[in-house]
Amino acid sequence: MASEKRGFVDALVASNGAMSVLVVVLGFLVGTILVFSVGRDPANMYRAIIQVVSGWDLIRGTWNARYIGEWLVASVPLTLCGLSMAFAARAGLFNIGAEGQYIVGLTVAQFAAFVLPPIPVLHWGAAVVLGLLAAAAWGGIVGYLKARYSVSEVVATIMMNYIALYASRYATSFIPGTNTYKTPSYPVTAQLSNSWLESITNGSRLNYGFFMALAAVLLFWFVMEKTKLGFAMRATGFNKDAARCSGINVERSLTLSMAISGAFAGLAGVIVALGSFSYGRVLAGLDNYGFNGIAVALVGNSTALGTLLAGLLFGMLQSAQPLMQSRQIPKEVTYIISGLVVVFISLRAGIGLVIEARAKAAVRKGAMRNE
Amino acid sequence: MNNLLGLVPSILMMASPILICALGGMVSERAGVVNIGLEGLMGFGAFAAATVNVLIEAVMPGAAIWVSLLAATVIGALVSLIHAFACISLNADQTVSGTGINLLANGLTVFFCQIIFHHERTNSFRQGMQPGLGGIYPTAYIAVTLLAIVWYILYRRPTGLRLRACGENPQAAASAGIDVKRLRYWAVFSSGGFGGLAGGCLVLTQTIEYKENMINGAGFIALAAVSFGRWKPKGVTGAACLFGAAVALAIYVVNIPALKALPAEFFNVLPYVITLITLVLFSGKDYAPSAAGQPYEKGSS
Amino acid sequence: MGEKFAIEMLGITKVFPGVVANDDITLRVRENEVHALLGENGAGKSTLMSILFGLYDADSGRILIRGEEARIRDPNDANDRGIGMVHQHFKLVRNYTVAENVILGVEPRTRLGNIDLRSAESRVAALSELYGLSVDPRARIDAITVGMQQRVEILKTLYRDADILIFDEPTAVLTPQEVDELMAIIKRLRDEGKTIVLITHKLREIKAVADRCTVLRRGKFVGTVDVAEASEESMAEMMVGRAVKFRVDKREARPGEVVLKIEGLSVKGAKGNEAVRGLDLEVRSGEIMGVAGVDGNGQAELIEAITGLRRPSAGRILLSGKDITENNIAERVHEGVGHVPEDRHKHGLVLKFRLDENLALKTFGAPPYSGPLGLLDSKAIAAHAEGLIAQYDIRAGQGPATKCLSMSGGNQQKAIIAREIDLSPRLLVVAQPTRGLDVGSIEYIHTRIVAERDRGCAVLLVSFELDEIIALCDRIAAISKGEIVGVVDAKDASEREIGAMMAGLRRAAVPGRAS
Repeated sequence: MASEKRGFVDALVASNGAMSVLVVVLGFLVGTILVFSVGRDPANMYRAIIQVVSGWDLIRGTWNARYIGEWLVASVPLTLCGLSMAFAARAGLFNIGAEGQYIVGLTVAQFAAFVLPPIPVLHWGAAVVLGLLAAAAWGGIVGYLKARYSVSEVVATIMMNYIALYASRYATSFIPGTNTYKTPSYPVTAQLSNSWLESITNGSRLNYGFFMALAAVLLFWFVMEKTKLGFAMRATGFNKDAARCSGINVERSLTLSMAISGAFAGLAGVIVALGSFSYGRVLAGLDNYGFNGIAVALVGNSTALGTLLAGLLFGMLQSAQPLMQSRQIPKEVTYIISGLVVVFISLRAGIGLVIEARAKAAVRKGAMRNE
Repeated sequence: MNNLLGLVPSILMMASPILICALGGMVSERAGVVNIGLEGLMGFGAFAAATVNVLIEAVMPGAAIWVSLLAATVIGALVSLIHAFACISLNADQTVSGTGINLLANGLTVFFCQIIFHHERTNSFRQGMQPGLGGIYPTAYIAVTLLAIVWYILYRRPTGLRLRACGENPQAAASAGIDVKRLRYWAVFSSGGFGGLAGGCLVLTQTIEYKENMINGAGFIALAAVSFGRWKPKGVTGAACLFGAAVALAIYVVNIPALKALPAEFFNVLPYVITLITLVLFSGKDYAPSAAGQPYEKGSS
Repeated sequence: MGEKFAIEMLGITKVFPGVVANDDITLRVRENEVHALLGENGAGKSTLMSILFGLYDADSGRILIRGEEARIRDPNDANDRGIGMVHQHFKLVRNYTVAENVILGVEPRTRLGNIDLRSAESRVAALSELYGLSVDPRARIDAITVGMQQRVEILKTLYRDADILIFDEPTAVLTPQEVDELMAIIKRLRDEGKTIVLITHKLREIKAVADRCTVLRRGKFVGTVDVAEASEESMAEMMVGRAVKFRVDKREARPGEVVLKIEGLSVKGAKGNEAVRGLDLEVRSGEIMGVAGVDGNGQAELIEAITGLRRPSAGRILLSGKDITENNIAERVHEGVGHVPEDRHKHGLVLKFRLDENLALKTFGAPPYSGPLGLLDSKAIAAHAEGLIAQYDIRAGQGPATKCLSMSGGNQQKAIIAREIDLSPRLLVVAQPTRGLDVGSIEYIHTRIVAERDRGCAVLLVSFELDEIIALCDRIAAISKGEIVGVVDAKDASEREIGAMMAGLRRAAVPGRAS
């Protein structure tokens, strides 16, 4: 009897897609119950979500493409931060420093907007590149510390997040004309905005960053599955010892993995800085894309397509926040759903561990299979 | 010199929540369960303490503080049961589960602030905790008392011997007839209580309300203190004091003319930088409980 | 029957996912006898005893202890019934003292409820004296020898007043001398009235100390024999199901030049101790050099130094005259150092990878498996795997795409050996190649190793099974406390002599050592 039940669970867990969907559904369910139990109408939550995805305001019966645009705008940094964590996870690292790497990319981009010459396309292009490199370095440091000194990347990246935040505030204050919360407006050539995209979405902030994010998703998949760099990283992630024993340079793999991971998050920061705003910001706190990116990566099971879909899902939740708030649904319910999703997903990872341990034990016991 | 001595009460005020939280983290890890969610548990505790204090301070002045701390402890312990259930009974990945708790904390606490207070923070309470003799807050005494209790139980009582065995070699503990899962539940439950209490102490001594991102990494600093302190009570205390001193310095730097020239952000960053440096220099993986972080399954060898 | 049985396990069945570990097994152990439980790896002996000790629950069957029906749900129940287990993989807390380990779970208390360590230590000392175990209750576990640690395991059972003791493969980690000491202890325990169950696959030990022997094969009960009347050959045949050859068929070795030369090698172990000190060794092409020693005498560190996993603190390693001491692992692979690691799950395979990915684990970075831009050629990788699967008869359900996690131990090991031999190494370092494998796989792997030798490869074989070394190797080097204490020809070698060298009691000539 017990083995029958376990068989079903095994099949369920084996299908990662099914697990992800189940976990998200559970998260929404609990969120709905919570909203209901404090006396608010959960239907408003879902109406808000439908509105940002389709543009239809179900209450007023109007359609506005701007909501869809904003949904995509919110999905971009979430997907990228998800890719950040996913890339590191495939190499066996738990990188929750996307928040800090995002800030570094953002800050450097803000600087580049004012410091570099205002040549069309090259201006924001260079800003993107610089932001990527800086964020990659920010992540790479942690990778190096981990590889060389076995420093736990979990605590190290959290520390780096806060260091990045305060360093960003300090550095941004050096931009001439900055007050306590913003810089002067960017030169036009630094901005990622595109008038065509804006017009088809009725004035949303959709920008070039959208295409960059799609390219990033493709790049993630390509590097991971099709290159020897990705092979080495995956081997390191699954079994550092065997990888090392085979001649793979584990230190290099870990450092590179964190660097690339940082670059993804940095790109998110650049896109938000130069795409969603027309001026630089002196950050008052964390934007939280990094932390929500964790949920994105976990739901997406650290794959390229999964992360993209999960990014769209969580982008949907985030962009619906103002609508929810205006209908008496506290916007934090989206963070609660994220948190629940992560807790539920942890079970999958754990079940996976247990299945692996059992398989190994059974293999040790028997030369009975496949003989 | 006077200035430095004058800092001692502040250092104790900053270090106490870190120490209380770190003691909880130490107990949990010595039993074999890594509790990354301490940051979130502190958040839950801070929220609970602030809320209760606001609501009842008018009704029971004086006692309100203690009731609030109790509420914080209870809430922290209850929330940690989620982590315990996921990790111990369902063998979840402990790091992921803990991260989930942290995400939940930010969400749930502000959510309820909105419901109860209609703002994204609690209302301010009028009376926080009052310092006692020498300007030292009662939280320092609470921390020291807890330290003594934890040390006594871990090293003198059978429960402590068994708990530490669960973290080193749960198979050995199981073969000695110890209920590893039950002991780990108690460890995580206690660490949750400690975390909640730490959050409550933080909010009642250092500020006047709870708002989003208030904990700002203190829970992670506490985790680093556990590692830096090599999972022993003495070491953890020293580490907590060191980190507390860094945080205290950040706030009270205005009183030291020589350092006033440095930007505020330098001191904001100091505790995190120091934590990072200690992690690098003293990453003593050999000192960690051998089985910490691994799910325990009956019959696996 | 009127016989007094200490233990009766009737009709025990236990199933794990994919494997029937115990299939309707019946076992009867008499009071006050030493009863051996014989079977090869995977036969189900450990599972059966784990059920008796309460670590597992049987799916069906009954257990009677001294005629009484018993429900043993956990080790506490087993202890209450007087059953104690001396585990193969010691269940000891490394940073506790002997006394703390022994009392764990049954701690004596003072009036205030604190741990009464003093009375614990004195009781442990008394028991140690009574049974001739000579253990210091205050010593820390990670500071005493493996043989001593095993005695702590025995003390744990005695402290809990066990009169039925189960020994799970106790001699795997002992020198021949320590094995003799253990056999004496077991006899003394029996003389003091205990009942002993000895789980083992070592026929010689069964003949030395057991009264009766039950044989298991593939989870099923085969038979129970009187040890005095059975021969080693007959017991082996029961164990395996067919006649077993004890020697490996091989031609005379034709050794050529020196391929591996190690000079004055010193290596620090993981704890900072000097694991290898001033070690000299030579291995020639076309020969199999065995390194015989008890676990923990520097073998692991020696292999790590040769393969590049650990840097030596002094000395040189030369491969066909070229100094490779400073080379990294990838370079050594390129130079022709092959490695079949001791722990195949830890160092040998990435279990979650597919078979073809694992077979390409050392070669994926270069053509033909990856192109100029760093792109992998998955077709080439799969084709390569197909070839090796056919050549080495690797049973893999989905061909090259099989996840290695789902393959059996024997086939996993075949895959590793296929990968290494396919690179035509000049030096093949093999550690514990047949641990945990069934006899069929063992024979196959031995055959392959000999074939490599005949091709001209220099083979360095490290094993804790003296039988394997004597059967397979051409020359045998004994290692003790990090040094090679002697090299002898396998033809002339006696187990006594090698055992004495392993224990550091004897020395012999070591060719190639500068005197």
